[in-house]
Amino acid sequence: MSKFKGKKDNALPAVNTASLPDIVFMLLFFFMVVTVMREDTLLIENRLPQADQVEKLEKKYPISYIYAGKPGKGYEKFGEEARLQLNDKFADISEIRAFINSERAAIAREELVDFLTISLKVDKETNMGIVGDIKKELREANALKINYTVGTGSALDN
Amino acid sequence: MAKRSAPEVNAGSMADIAFLLLIFFLVTTTIPKDSGINRKLPPMEPPNDDEVVIKQKNIFTVLINGKDQLLVEDELMELKDLRKAAMEFLDNGGSTDADGNKCDYCKGKGDPRSSDHPDKAIISLKNERETSYKTYISVQNELVAAYNDLRNIRALEVGPRKGFSGMNFVKMENDFKDVNFVGNKEKLKEVIDQIRKEYPEKLSEVQ
Repeated sequence: MSKFKGKKDNALPAVNTASLPDIVFMLLFFFMVVTVMREDTLLIENRLPQADQVEKLEKKYPISYIYAGKPGKGYEKFGEEARLQLNDKFADISEIRAFINSERAAIAREELVDFLTISLKVDKETNMGIVGDIKKELREANALKINYTVGTGSALDN
Repeated sequence: MAKRSAPEVNAGSMADIAFLLLIFFLVTTTIPKDSGINRKLPPMEPPNDDEVVIKQKNIFTVLINGKDQLLVEDELMELKDLRKAAMEFLDNGGSTDADGNKCDYCKGKGDPRSSDHPDKAIISLKNERETSYKTYISVQNELVAAYNDLRNIRALEVGPRKGFSGMNFVKMENDFKDVNFVGNKEKLKEVIDQIRKEYPEKLSEVQ
């Protein structure tokens, strides 16, 4: 009898973790592939409104982003009013034209300059005043293709 | 000397390194929200003297005030009713287009007090500086939806005759952009262009 007794006392065998690196690498590669680095550091609140009649923003054409919204956390000293953000800093409405020109100059392939799309990422609590001003400046700069970037959802819930 | 096999590299910390990288990418990942409502701004034009006269009945005015209330054709309206009202206006077909053709695909009531023809019908959107952006987007969305709905209905009628049955307009457009689409793209473009011509998107914004 004692022949069989000895084995029962053994603790549970350790779980084999040899394949753990493989699993982790798989996840790693997935995230590496889908990662898009943030274009800009946001200094403003940027909760986009929702709409359901959306079209995809075509990545094959150049896109420039213009942000607007209330100054975000840590930037309260800039006030409560909605501000404009170009690249990584707050900007004035009058700087849009120079911004568009520099974006145009940065496009490597000349034939794509006319296809420059301006993506407006505006916080949903912003007043239309600043958006109207932006649109006016864009018209002056002759950047007429715009896209109101929104989240996907029912527009009636906004 | 006796041949010694190379000592095995300890790969125990590989998982840790991989985890480190994984966590880095997890944190920096933003799934980009890259969809939205495409619009084309009107170009700056030199002021011209010859004013275009548009009949009042061919204009569908939408006004959003500073309190986010909607005034549609001089009546207060809820956002959820806007799409239907816009569709009724666009699809009315009360009279003829510029060339004198009747709208034979319209399903509207043909009310003589409403728009003449989808080709002539214009939606005019006006907002105040205090209007909130989310309401503006909702209204834009509903107006685009009105056009899309009408085009979808039309696409389901026209499509089967041209060999694209069971496709609405939005699907046609997506398929047209899709590089993997199997089928006759030129024919599809023809159908899309025809529907676009039948229900042209005439949305003007008052500056």
